[in-house]
Amino acid sequence: MTETVARLEGVSHRYGETDALSDISLTFPSGCMVGLIGPDGVGKSTLLGLLAGARELQTGELQVLGGDMRSQRFRNRSAPRIAYMPQGLGGNLYHTLTVDENIAFFADLFGLRGPSRKDQIDRLLEATGLLSFRDRPAGKLSGGMKQKLGLCCALIHSPDLLILDEPTTGVDPLSRKRFWDLIDTIRRQRSGMSVLVATAYMEEAERYDWLVAMDEGKVLATGSPAELREQTNTETLDDAFIALLPENRQVQESGDTANAAQREPTGENQTPAIEAEHLTLRFGSFTAVRNVSFSIPKGEIFGFLGSNGCGKTTTMKMLTGLLTPTEGEVRLFGEPLDAKDLATRQKVGYMSQAFSLYGELTVRQNLDLHARLFHLPDTRIPERISVLVREFGLEDVLDQRAGALPLGVRQRLSLAVAVVHEPELLILDEPTSGVDPGARNRFWQLLMRLSREDGVTIFISTHFMNEGERCDRISLMHAGEVLACDTPDRLVEASGTDSLEGAFMKTLEAVDKEPETGADQLALEPASHGDRPIVFSPRRLLAYATREARELLRDPIRMAFAFIGSALLMLILGYGITLDVEDLSFAVLDRDQTPQSRDYIAAVSGSRYFLQQPELQNIQELEQRMRSGELSLAIEIPPGFGKDLKRGRPTEMAVWVDGAMPFRGETILGYVEGMHISYLTELAQRTLGVVPTLTLVTLEDRYRYNQDFRSLDAMVPAVIPILLIFIPAILMALGIVREKELGSITNLYVTPVTRVEFLLGKQLPYIAFSMISYVSLVLLAVYVFDVEIKGSLLTLTFGALLFVTATTALGQVMSTFASTQIAALAATAILTILPTVQFSGLTEPVSSLSGAGALIGPVWPATWFLQISRGVFTKGLSLADMQGAFLALAAFVPVLTVMAVALLRKQGR
Amino acid sequence: MNSLRNIWHLGIKELRSLWQDKALMVFVLVAFTVMIYTAGSAGSMELHNAPIAVVDEDQTVLSGRIINSLQQPWFLTPDLVAYGDIDDLLDKGSHTFALVIPESFERDVRQGNPVALQLNIDATRMSQAFIGTNYIQRFAMAEVAEFLQPGSSASTGLPIELVTRVSYNPNLDGTWFGGVMELITQVTLISIILTGAALIREREHGTVEHLMVMPLRPFEIMASKVWANGLVVLLAAALSVTLVIQGWLQVPVAGSVLLFLLGALIHLFSTTAIGILIGTVARTMPQFGLLLILTILPLQLLSGGITPRESMPQLVQDLMLAAPTTHFVSMAQAILYRGAGLEVVWPQMLALMAIGGVFFTAALLLFRRHLSV
Repeated sequence: MTETVARLEGVSHRYGETDALSDISLTFPSGCMVGLIGPDGVGKSTLLGLLAGARELQTGELQVLGGDMRSQRFRNRSAPRIAYMPQGLGGNLYHTLTVDENIAFFADLFGLRGPSRKDQIDRLLEATGLLSFRDRPAGKLSGGMKQKLGLCCALIHSPDLLILDEPTTGVDPLSRKRFWDLIDTIRRQRSGMSVLVATAYMEEAERYDWLVAMDEGKVLATGSPAELREQTNTETLDDAFIALLPENRQVQESGDTANAAQREPTGENQTPAIEAEHLTLRFGSFTAVRNVSFSIPKGEIFGFLGSNGCGKTTTMKMLTGLLTPTEGEVRLFGEPLDAKDLATRQKVGYMSQAFSLYGELTVRQNLDLHARLFHLPDTRIPERISVLVREFGLEDVLDQRAGALPLGVRQRLSLAVAVVHEPELLILDEPTSGVDPGARNRFWQLLMRLSREDGVTIFISTHFMNEGERCDRISLMHAGEVLACDTPDRLVEASGTDSLEGAFMKTLEAVDKEPETGADQLALEPASHGDRPIVFSPRRLLAYATREARELLRDPIRMAFAFIGSALLMLILGYGITLDVEDLSFAVLDRDQTPQSRDYIAAVSGSRYFLQQPELQNIQELEQRMRSGELSLAIEIPPGFGKDLKRGRPTEMAVWVDGAMPFRGETILGYVEGMHISYLTELAQRTLGVVPTLTLVTLEDRYRYNQDFRSLDAMVPAVIPILLIFIPAILMALGIVREKELGSITNLYVTPVTRVEFLLGKQLPYIAFSMISYVSLVLLAVYVFDVEIKGSLLTLTFGALLFVTATTALGQVMSTFASTQIAALAATAILTILPTVQFSGLTEPVSSLSGAGALIGPVWPATWFLQISRGVFTKGLSLADMQGAFLALAAFVPVLTVMAVALLRKQGR
Repeated sequence: MNSLRNIWHLGIKELRSLWQDKALMVFVLVAFTVMIYTAGSAGSMELHNAPIAVVDEDQTVLSGRIINSLQQPWFLTPDLVAYGDIDDLLDKGSHTFALVIPESFERDVRQGNPVALQLNIDATRMSQAFIGTNYIQRFAMAEVAEFLQPGSSASTGLPIELVTRVSYNPNLDGTWFGGVMELITQVTLISIILTGAALIREREHGTVEHLMVMPLRPFEIMASKVWANGLVVLLAAALSVTLVIQGWLQVPVAGSVLLFLLGALIHLFSTTAIGILIGTVARTMPQFGLLLILTILPLQLLSGGITPRESMPQLVQDLMLAAPTTHFVSMAQAILYRGAGLEVVWPQMLALMAIGGVFFTAALLLFRRHLSV
C-alpha cells in the first residue's frame, strides 16, 4: 500500500450554485479495494466521475495512474487502463442489444482482437454465469445480471483501475453476494488491480481494505474499517460514520434505531385492508406473477422481499389497479378493487420504484399540487403542508426543485406526497433503494409512526434485510411465486439460520441454483496496452456503427415509419402540392345582359382554368362572396357593353382578383389578360373575318425541361430532397441526444473512442438507412408518378449520398445543442422545415429570395440537392454540368462534421 | 366541480413544467418571432428578382428599351449573353428566362410587321416561369406601343379595355402572405409538439402512472394538457400577430385580430388533441418525431397555405377537409386579408369545432385504453 493509484489536490466541483466537492486532497493507495462511504448527494459519484475522466476537472490537481487527468493526451492514453461503471442498473449498457453484442461492442472499443478476444469474452461470461444468457437482450436481464454484465464490459480490457459507482444498489441480497464474490475472485487473480467503489451499504464496506468517509463534499476520515471503528470507539461502521459527522449533524443522524413496539393485535374479525386471491398476471406467454394470495389486516406493515424481477412490482401494480390481473381478485377494505373507482384511490397512497414526482417543480409546489388533486379543503392545505414538511424534514429544501435533490431527500418527499391525503393504505415499491443508512432509518421511523399511531396499513417491498426485520410479516417472492410468508422471527426459525438474511439466502438458493461459474479459472489476459493511443481507429468507428445499426433494426416502428412514412409522404406531397392553378371559381355581375356580354362570359367559363358560379346580383354581393373566399375572380360587365361593342365604340370591363394569396393572384391576372387578348382576336376574326394585329410583338414561349408544364415533373424531384432532410436529421439528432438522456454517452467519455469515431460511427447507419429510403423514393417517382429520369441515375445517387451525409451531420450539430430529446426534436423540426420549404428553391428560385431567405438559401444543403435532383430528373444534366452544386453540397459534409465534433464534449460537466 | 378544479391544478402544473424547460421556451419564442419574420420578409412579391438573360441581336433603341423595362423588383438586371450560352445558363439554373431579340426587330416593328420574340423558360420553376412570362409579354407590348405612339399605353388600343383590380392585397405583396401562413404553421407545429411531448415526458418519467393512482380521470389529465399548452401557443400567437406581423412586418390586417385569435383557439383544440393522439401512439421520442413529421407536412403543405387548394386532386381536397389546418387557413385568410367577420367565417369555425371534437374524443378513447394497459 505504498504506491498510489490516484492523487487529488484541492479538487473542487460545482454544479451551478451547488458545491458538489469542496477542496478535496486525497491519496488513494493502489492495489487494494477502496470504498467511498457517505450519505446521498455528498459528492461520491462526482469524485468517481472525475477519477474516471467522465467529468471535466474544474479546479485542483488530479493524478490518476501517475498522469495528469487534465491532459486530453494522457486521458486518451490511460483510457484502456481504467474501467468505469456508472450508477444505475446497466447505465452504460444498450438494452436492446444482447449480452454478446454488448460485450463485443466494448471489446471493439478497446481494440481487442484475435483468439485472445474470444477467450477473454468466454472466460468473463463463464465467470459471471452469463454464458447461458448470451443471446438475451440486456434490457431483459434481472438487475443483478445487468450489473454482472456491466462488470464484464468493464473488465474486458483487463484494466488496472476499476471504478464502480454503487454497483449493488437496487440489487437483491443474493445477487449482491454473488457480485462481491466475483469481484474477490477477480482480485485474487489480478492482484495488481485497484478497485474504487462507492456504496451506501455499510455492511459491504466492511470487506473493503481502505475507506473514505465523505459528507457534504468533504472528506471526514480515511482508513481501514477497523481503523475507523477504533478511531471513533464504535462497534459498527454505521455508528462509526455517524460519530465522524460534525456535532450538529449527529443529532439528526442518530436516533432510535430500535424496533418500535410490536403491533397491537387487532380483532380477528375485522375486514382486512388487502386481500389478494390467486393473483396471476401473464404478458403473452410470460407469467410475471403466478397464483399469489395473501391477506393483510389493517395497521400491519407487510414486507415484500425477493430477487430482482421476481414480480414484486407487478403485484403491487395490481393492488393499485394500474394492472389488471389475468386471474384472481384483489379486495381492498373488503370491496373488490375497481380501477375506475376514484373513491378507493382516495384511500390509497402509492410510491413507485422510480422517482415519479415532477422534478421541475419545487418541493412546495409538488406537495401543494397533490394536496389539491386529492381535494383537501383549501383552508387545510397550508397547515397540512407545514405538518408534512416538519415531519419529513423538508424545511431546508422547500423551495428547491425536486429534481435537483439528493435521492434520499427525494424519497422522503415521495413519501410525504404519498401520505398527503392521509390514506389508510400505503403501497411502497422499494422506497429506500439507493438511500443512505441514516436517511433510511428516519424513513422507517416515519413508517412506524404512521402504522402504530395512525393505524395505516403499509405494504412495502425492499432489498434490505434489516428493513425486512422491522416488518410485522414478510413474504419471500421468487419468479412470480410466493415461497414463504410469515413473521420475520418465524421465517428465521423455520430456515434454521440465525438471521433473516440467512433465511432469505437459503430459501432462494433452494430454488435458484447459481449458474455454474468458472470464476476460479478466471485468468484475465493482461491486455497489451500500447504506449501510443491510436488517433483514428476504424474498428472503434465500426463498433459504434454496428451497434447503432442493430438498435435501429430492432426498433421496427422506427424502421417502418421511415420507409412507409417517407413513401406515404411522397405520395401525398407529390399529388397534393401542385403549382397548376386550375378550377378557379368565378362569377359575373352582368349589368348588360346582351348576347355580347353572354358571349364573353361563355369564353371565360369555357376555359379549363375557371368554374362558373351563380351570377352576381349587385356589387354588395360581389364583395361579400369574394370576402368569404368563395370567388377568386369576379367580372363586372357595364351596361351598354353590347351596344358599344356592336358600334365599334371602345368599351371596358372590370375584373376583381382575390389577391390574398399572391401567387394565385398573379396567375389569375395572367390567365385573365391572356384570355382577354385571345377573345378579342377571335371576336375580330368572327366579325371581320381577318386576324387583327392587336400588337406587333408576341412571345414565342419555349418551356424547357417540362414542355407540358406538368406540376408533377417539377414537384416530384423537389419532394425527394425535402423528405431526405427531415427524417435523417431528426433521427440522427435524437440518436445522439438519446444517449445523453439514457446515460450511455458515458462510454464516449471513458473509453478510447474519439469524437470523430463516435459521430461518424453513429452516422453511418443513418446514411445507409436514408439511402434505402432514397431508393424507394426514386422508385415511386419513376413507377408511380411516371416522372422520367433524363440524366444519369448514378449522378443522382451520388448527389443523394452527399446530401444525406450532410443532413445527418446537420442532425448531429443540432444534437450537440440539445440535452433533452424533446428539445432536439423541437429544434430540428423548427429550424429545418422553414428553410427547406421556403428558401431552398422549392417554389421560388434561390436567386429571387431577399432578406434572410437570400442569406439562408445558399447555405442550406437542400438548395443544392434540389438543383441536382431537378437537374438530373428534368434537365438530363451530367455531373460535370453541375460541378458547382456538387462541390457546394460536398462542402457541407466537412463543415458540419467539424462543427459537430467541435461542439460535442468528450467529458461530462 | 372537483373535475374542473383538477383540470385547473394540473394545468397550472403543466405551465410550471414548461416554464422550467428554458431551452424549449426559447425555441417557442424563436418560432413565433424570428421564424415568422424570416418567412414574411423572404418573398416580398411573387415575381421578385427573377434572373433573366437577354440575347440582343438587334442592338437598337427599341431593343434597348425592352431590356431596360425588365427591372427590379420583378427582374434582376438582365445579363446580356450570346445565343450559344442559353443552354448552359438554363442548365445551371442561374437564369429562369432567356429572351432572344432577333435582328431587324425595330425595323420590322416600324414597318408594322409582327415580330415574335423567343423566350426560353426553365419550366421547372413553375410559378416564376408562368407569372414572369406574363410580365415580359406585358412589358414588351407596352414598350412597343410607347415606341410607335408615345403617350399611349398597350391596352388603350384594344376594343374592350380590361380594368383589373386586385382586392385585399393590391400590390400582391408576398410579405402579407408569408408571415401569416408561417404563423399558422407554427401554431399547429408548436401546439402538437408541446402537448405530445408533455405526455411522453410524463410517461418516460413515470408520472403518468403516478397520476393514475390518484383520484383523477383520463379526461382531466388530457384536458389540463390541452388548455395549458393551448394557452401558451395562443398567447404566443397573439404577440406574434400584433408585434411581429402588424408591427415588425407592417402587414395591414384587414379584419379583427380578436376574431382571428378566437379562431386560433378553436383550432388549437384540434391540434392539441392531435398532439395527445401522437403522444399516445408513440412509445419513444424518436417515434414521436417521425409521426410528427408524417403529420405536420401534409397539414402544412396541403392546407392551402402554400399552394391553392382548388388545384389539388379532388381526393386530396376531400381528405384535407378533415384537417383542421385547411379550415384554419381559409378562415385566417378571410379574416386577416379580406376583413371578413363572424358572419362570413362561421362555417369554418363550426368545422374546426367538429374536427376538434372528433380528434379530442379519439385521443381520449385511445389515451384511456393506453392508460389501462
